[in-house]
Amino acid sequence: MALELTLHTQPEVPLEAECITPQRVAGLAAPEVERLDAMHGNRRVKLGDFFSAAGKGANDIVLNGDLSLVKLIGAQMAQGSIVIEGAVGMHVGWGMSGGQITVRGDAHDWVGPEMSGGRIVVHGDAGHLVGSAYRGQASGICGGEILVHGSVRNETGGAMRRGLIAVGGDAGDFTGVNMIAGTIVVLGNLGIRSGAGMKRGSIVSMNPAPLLPTYQYACSYRPLFLKLCLQHLRGLGFAVEERHINGRWRRWSGDSLELNKGEILLFQR
Amino acid sequence: MSELRIVNGRVYDPANGVDGEVAAICIRGGKIVESVSDSARTIDAHGMVVMPGGVDIHCHIAGPKVNLARKLQPEDHRLDVQPGSDVMRSGTGGVVPSTFTTGYRYATMGYTTAMEAAVPPIFARHVIEELADTPVIDKGFYVLLGNNVLLYQLLKEGRKRDFREAIAWWMNAAKGYTVKLVNPGSDELWKKRRENISDLEQKVDHFDLTPLQVIHSFIEAVNDLGFPHPPHIHCNNLGHSGNFNTTLQTMRAAEGRRVHIAHIQFHSYGGEPGANPRSAAQQIIDYINANPNVTADVGQVMFGNAITMTADAPLAWMLRGFKKGKWVNADTECESGCGIMPFSYQEHVFTHALQWAIGLELFLLSEDPWRLVLSTDHPNGGSFMQYPRLIKLLMDSGFRREEIKRLNQKAIATTGLASIEREYTMREIAIITRAGPARALGLANKGQLGVGADADVTIYTEDADREKMFNSPRYVIKDGVAVVDNHEFKTPHDGRLLHIAPGHDNAIEDAIRPFFDDYYTVRFDNYAINDDFLHAHEVIPTRPAGEDKKD
Repeated sequence: MALELTLHTQPEVPLEAECITPQRVAGLAAPEVERLDAMHGNRRVKLGDFFSAAGKGANDIVLNGDLSLVKLIGAQMAQGSIVIEGAVGMHVGWGMSGGQITVRGDAHDWVGPEMSGGRIVVHGDAGHLVGSAYRGQASGICGGEILVHGSVRNETGGAMRRGLIAVGGDAGDFTGVNMIAGTIVVLGNLGIRSGAGMKRGSIVSMNPAPLLPTYQYACSYRPLFLKLCLQHLRGLGFAVEERHINGRWRRWSGDSLELNKGEILLFQR
Repeated sequence: MSELRIVNGRVYDPANGVDGEVAAICIRGGKIVESVSDSARTIDAHGMVVMPGGVDIHCHIAGPKVNLARKLQPEDHRLDVQPGSDVMRSGTGGVVPSTFTTGYRYATMGYTTAMEAAVPPIFARHVIEELADTPVIDKGFYVLLGNNVLLYQLLKEGRKRDFREAIAWWMNAAKGYTVKLVNPGSDELWKKRRENISDLEQKVDHFDLTPLQVIHSFIEAVNDLGFPHPPHIHCNNLGHSGNFNTTLQTMRAAEGRRVHIAHIQFHSYGGEPGANPRSAAQQIIDYINANPNVTADVGQVMFGNAITMTADAPLAWMLRGFKKGKWVNADTECESGCGIMPFSYQEHVFTHALQWAIGLELFLLSEDPWRLVLSTDHPNGGSFMQYPRLIKLLMDSGFRREEIKRLNQKAIATTGLASIEREYTMREIAIITRAGPARALGLANKGQLGVGADADVTIYTEDADREKMFNSPRYVIKDGVAVVDNHEFKTPHDGRLLHIAPGHDNAIEDAIRPFFDDYYTVRFDNYAINDDFLHAHEVIPTRPAGEDKKD
């Protein structure tokens, strides 16, 4: 049986609820879950001040209500599943290494920072800095999958090192900025300055995109990995068309200010 | 007036010849006294070790370069948050903690005095403000004068007396503790055409001076002025293989006068420039052992995160080529340079393991603990929070052997470390962490527990695991206040600024003022710091001229 948490009081300022993660609630009865600590602004509070719990701590957690001011859900999650029925606040899945987080609504900024494994699925839109490195840090996510069916804003996959980020809608500016390696697939449009400072890795888009002058056209080809990658995404419910899977792609290599081993692949026909 | 009595503890007070005997320490009004009334609070220190509060002779804890380093590493602070409480201000830790946290962490480690080792005088005002926000500990700072353009001009013109008076003026203007030289002579070449000094006898451009002459002149002037601590010198060629000759040459330039060599581990490398790095700890330590005018701190590297933070701008430029990460170079007008770069020392890397081993060799071959004292050049060789681990390395040869096994064995094989069995005694640890630095600094009231000394006392619960023991003192008493009481930070306390005020001839201002009008961004009249700007402070007396030309 899953643990069900329902927001009964909307927090006035962000509520940091790192405790909402399968490891932390495992084996706890509902009243014990309500006694877990959280931070409401700079005040220490009990989770029960904002959430009512039903069921019993288990590998699966279901969250109800508008959680757009609740941060850090699924922090350091290693297994199990969290389903968020509405919107969710910043830093969802921070440091996640396994399991799955599903967000039925929109996600705020910083989806899956420091992620190393597992999967985050956002059915709505996500904010800025999906899978990006925290400020000052050398690298962003180093594994796992972040799948956003809606659109994302700026700096998606900043300095990411490994893993897959897929966006069903459009991406903002600076997608894959300072990217070290890994794959970002955007089914919609890319904003400007995609792949700025990129060392290695792939940024894929189905549509023409404005590119930096530090990217050079390399060739037009049918990369095998992309075929597999797109089939995988189609299996996960993304609207990938047959012509994409079997199509030709223009390869632009860059960023020549850095290693020049990265690529932006744009669908040709 | 608050009184305190510490009884039944084993006291290590090497300055007064007390070596682990059980004795009572009495405190009244922030000073050690003969006896206190019966109503005084008594701490039963049975099974505990009582020492003077720790004294750090060389660290980087305040100033614009420290702030730049803080700004450069938000990722380091995020993981080490110090929440506020009724008695503590909030802050962040990591390799370069925020000001408040720096004070708390020194204190909770049993240190009560720390010296910021490199301050360009133009930023002294800012440093004083930051140090005032560094709680508990007493602190002072060394003033960077070793690349000062005006002082070089005075030397070039042969105006020795004016040179000396200008140094004294600058110490008063900045409220510093002594003169710091960093890679003397290099800044001119660096700023002009990205070159560095490699030979102490090469000419520094149009000044018609050699670094050796500069070093000699500073040592002579500061000894004549009778500063409590002699010039604190970061030698040329830091980090380069084969640099031990430069270090020996620098020490010889003192010609028997007092001199302090900073983080000497970084200056004890054999081999040829750019090739075959190996240990020259033996050559360096032989010289120090034989020459009582020299004091030094080791600048041990400790594995893990560090950040190089130095006035040696060309050094940072060199290091940035190895790591290819973020770094900073900055200019400080006519006074100095600045370079900052996050770094980490790793066990498997040949040079890092070699540096670690050379530092320990220096410690273990030293015959006079009073003159070779403990430092990690925080945060350059590692955080000051690593001192307890370093103490364990020195006190426990078994632990040292286990650590050596984890390192790059090629590096270890080029040093003599594996064959040294010596273990530091508790008395020697008390010297290299307290009594020695205090004596080298000329702080008569620190590092000792005799009657009249400052009541800075640390009490540790005896533990065979020395790292654990020195990591968490049971009581830390600062100026007679039990700041840490039964392992808990209980009472906030503010330390004071330690500085000197050497007498000088005000006529020297006529020589300095035009230089400011021509070259500084700061007006001369806004530059010097008045006494009324200072927070709590204490003037450490200079010795009358001529008294200690040669010890």
